[in-house]
Amino acid sequence: MNEIALEGYLGIGALLFVCGVLCMATKRNGIGVLMGVELVLNGANVNFVAFSKFGTLGLDGQIASMFVIVLAAAEAAVALAIALNFYNNHLTIDVDRANELKG
Amino acid sequence: METLLFVLFGGTAAVGALAVVLSQNVVRMAFYLVISLGSTAGLFFMLGADFVGATQLLIYVGGTVVLLIFGVMLTASGPFITIKTAPSQVIIASVVGLAFFGVLFLTVLQVDWNANSARLESEYSASSLERIGYNEANVGNTARSLGAAFLGARFDEDLGRDRKELSSGYLLPFEIISVHLLVVLVGAAYLARAKRRVTRIEEE
Amino acid sequence: MTAAVMATTLSEYLQTADWAFLPLDAVWADAAAAVVHITLLAIFFGLPAFVFIWAERKVSGRIQDRLGPTRVGGKFGWLQSLADGVKLIQKEDLWPKAADAMLFRVAPYLVVVASFAAFLVLPFSSDWVALALDAGLFVALALLSLEVLGIILAGYSSGSKWSLFGGMREAAQMVSYEVPLGITAVIPVAIAGTMNLGEIGSMQSGWFINWFLLRDPFTFLAFFVFFTVTLASNKRAPFDLAEAESELVGGFHTEYSGMRWSFFFLAEYASMWFVSALAAILFLGGWWTGIGPLDAWVAETLGGFTANILGFVVLVTKASVLVVVQIWIRWTLPRLRIDQVMMTCLKYLVPISCFLFLATVLWSLFLPHVACFGLAKGMGERTAVMAAAPRAGDLSAVDAPAVDSVASFSPSGEGRR
Repeated sequence: MNEIALEGYLGIGALLFVCGVLCMATKRNGIGVLMGVELVLNGANVNFVAFSKFGTLGLDGQIASMFVIVLAAAEAAVALAIALNFYNNHLTIDVDRANELKG
Repeated sequence: METLLFVLFGGTAAVGALAVVLSQNVVRMAFYLVISLGSTAGLFFMLGADFVGATQLLIYVGGTVVLLIFGVMLTASGPFITIKTAPSQVIIASVVGLAFFGVLFLTVLQVDWNANSARLESEYSASSLERIGYNEANVGNTARSLGAAFLGARFDEDLGRDRKELSSGYLLPFEIISVHLLVVLVGAAYLARAKRRVTRIEEE
Repeated sequence: MTAAVMATTLSEYLQTADWAFLPLDAVWADAAAAVVHITLLAIFFGLPAFVFIWAERKVSGRIQDRLGPTRVGGKFGWLQSLADGVKLIQKEDLWPKAADAMLFRVAPYLVVVASFAAFLVLPFSSDWVALALDAGLFVALALLSLEVLGIILAGYSSGSKWSLFGGMREAAQMVSYEVPLGITAVIPVAIAGTMNLGEIGSMQSGWFINWFLLRDPFTFLAFFVFFTVTLASNKRAPFDLAEAESELVGGFHTEYSGMRWSFFFLAEYASMWFVSALAAILFLGGWWTGIGPLDAWVAETLGGFTANILGFVVLVTKASVLVVVQIWIRWTLPRLRIDQVMMTCLKYLVPISCFLFLATVLWSLFLPHVACFGLAKGMGERTAVMAAAPRAGDLSAVDAPAVDSVASFSPSGEGRR
């Protein structure tokens, strides 16, 4: 049953996390940055659920990942509203153009 | 069988995530994100977290990503916009990313997780980790226990337990998150409401 | 594995039976069971499309005072779908120059996969379910909601204005209609105290007054709200704004041709049948005939297998009748405008379904032992009786703790809070 131990899932989680961070760092499209955030949260979720099965976390891990999913949805809604506002003001969604506060 | 499924779902999740990073087209990124998140839901099902997996599919894939694609459609100034990243940035990012992933992965491999959880079990009193009654987190079918935990009753842990030793549920966080969602709903509607749009001529 | 899976029971049989090349190894038995289940599901996924595309043309013909298809396969033209299929396979598979070719080609498969995956958790009879999940209804709704993604991607990647508009309308419509769909689907869940579709169905055994449809006035209304919402979530007329022919040529599938085009319709008709079966299980007594003694007699004298066959026939009949009603509605009502569609959802259906949900819960709280508008004994006692008495067919697919908790989580309200 437990041929795949915890390490496999943690590896996948780490990969998702790193991809998300890279996505946030390199994408200039505002929505691309949002997708990076989703990936990061998802990587964390994989770890939570993996620990809930293989570790001592039990159901608490699953509950934590539920909260993460719901918060991610909320975050996406607000961030998307901000992105729309940004687009209305700048007519682009390139985050590098948001430099009005630059000294 | 388990290994095969893990390789299938884990591999797709990893490839999807990499493709999200490497792709330049936003809608393709959204598609790869769907692949990645969907496979992660498969991983959740494999880990016996059926309710979390279904939530992932419903909220993440069916809700959030649709919202993102909707955002792409509303903000696309031309068909299939691609905003390129500079090559130097790509190189730096890949170096940093590889290093970061190496660190994380080495950490995962170095830690002896079995010993760790054994230590955790010995540190806490044995009774607090011993799950009496329902131990569904290992076999799936967690919907009922999860629901009860959100309402503050932990019958995955507390069955047959003395009244004074009952563990705390998640009623307060649940309520907070409900209010939080309401605030987000109102806030997003406020932020995204139609305003005067700057025309191209004015900007130039 | 994840849950009490019926594949497990089949694979257990393959591991223990003793004839021909049996028994098999555990791995091979699992694989064989999975193949059998997938094949059966694929048949039940394909059949609705085959039958109801013909039925749609026939019914629409009758409504418009025409004959409909008459040539292929005898008098009624019942092989018309096959002829259509052969024709569509022969068509050239092309995509426009402006399209994002990769997404354009993948999108139909995404739609079909989402629609097919939902069939995994649908119980076809009291014991016949591929995956008896405790969160079955939730998983079903989640998988159905994935269908919209394929349609949006198809609309966007076509590189055509009409397709883009179709995709955007579909996105807005689906995301909004998922709210009342979820709330009305939760109403039977609140009554039954479980999200396991098998248990929800088996609670409605006995006479038809036990169906959740007739439980109280609010569930009665909830069924019609649910049905309306499923029309919209399957983009059926009068809510078929995503493919409004008069405005958008073909909507999201304007640029598609050949098999890829027909995949959209395969998925559409399959999910039409799926939501109808879901409505039948949630509100219309699922696989029970509605005549309690008949079910009991069949189960006792003819055995569990025959009872399952009867249940299967009953469920298919109920779902098919609902699909025919969907077709009937499509050819009767004119299409709404997009703002009317959104207003129907946000201003009417969401508040109505919230009210119905609240009212049903309050009914359960204050009148737990009254059902069928007060004409019959309520669920509370019946559930206890049902849990005690042997049922048609064993509930091997449902795990034991869940059955226990059905008894303790009686919907009367005492066990739950």
